[in-house]
Amino acid sequence: TMKGSIMGVLLVLALVVQDRLAGGLELKSYDYTKYHTMDEISAWMNQMEMENPDVVSSMIYGQTYEKRNIALLKIGLNSTTPKKAIWMDCGIHAREWIAPAFCQYFVKEILGSYKTDSEVNTLLKNLDFYITPVLNMDGYNYSWIDSTTRLWRKSRTPGTGNCTCVGTDLNRNFYANWGMVGISRNCCSEIYNGPSALSEPEAKAVTDFLGMHQNQLLCYLTIHSYGQLILVPYGHPNISAPNYDELMEVGLAAAKAIKAVHGKSYRVGSSPDVLYANSGSSRDFARLIGIPYSFTFELRDEGQHGFILPEDQIQPTCEEAYKGAMSIINYVHDKNFKSAAITVTATLWTTLTALWISSTNVI
Amino acid sequence: MASTGDLEPTHYPARRAAQVALHYLNTHHGSPFRVFGLQQVHKASAEDVAAGGRKYKLDFSVTDWGSGSAGPALRCSADVLFPRTERHSAPKVELHCEALQQINSTAQEDDAFYQKYISPDSTVSARDIPDSFGNMSEEMQPFWRLARVAASFIMLRESSENTEFNMAKVASITQQESSEEQLMLEFVVLLHDFPSQEIVQWKLLASWSPDRGVRVLQTEWQPRCPHATKPPN
Repeated sequence: TMKGSIMGVLLVLALVVQDRLAGGLELKSYDYTKYHTMDEISAWMNQMEMENPDVVSSMIYGQTYEKRNIALLKIGLNSTTPKKAIWMDCGIHAREWIAPAFCQYFVKEILGSYKTDSEVNTLLKNLDFYITPVLNMDGYNYSWIDSTTRLWRKSRTPGTGNCTCVGTDLNRNFYANWGMVGISRNCCSEIYNGPSALSEPEAKAVTDFLGMHQNQLLCYLTIHSYGQLILVPYGHPNISAPNYDELMEVGLAAAKAIKAVHGKSYRVGSSPDVLYANSGSSRDFARLIGIPYSFTFELRDEGQHGFILPEDQIQPTCEEAYKGAMSIINYVHDKNFKSAAITVTATLWTTLTALWISSTNVI
Repeated sequence: MASTGDLEPTHYPARRAAQVALHYLNTHHGSPFRVFGLQQVHKASAEDVAAGGRKYKLDFSVTDWGSGSAGPALRCSADVLFPRTERHSAPKVELHCEALQQINSTAQEDDAFYQKYISPDSTVSARDIPDSFGNMSEEMQPFWRLARVAASFIMLRESSENTEFNMAKVASITQQESSEEQLMLEFVVLLHDFPSQEIVQWKLLASWSPDRGVRVLQTEWQPRCPHATKPPN
């Protein structure tokens, strides 16, 4: 009867709805245009792994001072041959909330496009991406407590000795000209470089991982805010990377790609040129151990909002930064993979030409 | 230390000097509906001067933050002198911007805002502008701009070749009793300095009216305890 079939339809609908709700996360999609707590980001990382098991796995590679597991997402298509890799970290400095937002956006973009976009598919085929959405988890969590903690920058390790202040600047703590310039020995300072190099477990975790994978890694990207800058090594004014010219070229191309999206200008240069001299940065460490393409991104804005970038700017900032990062990643990829094809072709032509010459000589 | 002669416009010495010129511009022409930001440095040079100190010559463009990317860019030129004295003294700025008088006047909004809040009953009071997510109500925006303009007086005064200031947020706004037909506002502002990465807190008392513009009457540096252990509960 009519009534029976309506009841039947309603019953089926009710069961479907219940099933979707029981699934939980699938019904509610993640909002990439909002800032998320550390717990939300950790849950999101698990979700990314669960939803994309063939391309995403997570790795715990250290522990913060407050004993949080520092985790990254490894994203790439499985391969029988060893792969090269790209590293990206966000959130070395707690108050730079747009940076973790970008890492999450980046993951979302490549996972959402690799099946249909042949360029992204090729990248995931030839490369693994190691992405750490929040490196300074303790600091990031602290910056969420209330409005008085929002502008926290450093780690949360307590001061040593006579020091009553908390925290070390993780981006001054790496074994890269540690302590030489752009730091403070006052432990209350925002650029306190720590009691010693790699005193901070977060910096040690990255150092150990990069060291273990240094033959794989082609590119090191570290995401910060604010300033709208692309920084190349090194932070010391008297030291230049051997491939400085190339790094500048690649950086300028990335800035051009960024500008094409929403018209924002990003300045490109070494830190001592466009920002300030500094030492002990993760970018410098990466370059020093031989990762050739090492860049710092300083995202929006230029000072109007500074660290407290309004949420309505998350989307456009991520869109332009994505184009900038991809510009660098594609360059690095093409340099390492397309040239192989060119070499094969050149060898073929050389062989054919040699054969032709020898055949004509015979005649 | 720093370079003399022609400067690279995208490098920090020129940028820092231009920011100082911007602070000066805002102290003179900022209002509840107008705050200028640096768009681009076109040319810059620096030279040591006889009395000690370094003088920067700048050619740059500014935009009104209120108009966003749609707004026109104003071309400006400035001389910024950083004195070399034993104790810090404020840089001296000479500034000229083209077409300053021709940009859209904000007189109507200024007057409406003034009339609304000059009344003796008005007791505006607010904290954390913006909040941690960058939100601020539309009502608070002119107050934020006034705080930014007032903060420019401090940023200008405190600037040197080794600093680069922006206002990170307004911690509090408390309207005081109006005086001599001026809106009187007490602000607590948090300034961010790039090279040291420090957040510096200042309390200040400012007056404003459409005729007289922003004046800063009192400033007081405030110590912060952000580096201590957990905030008091």
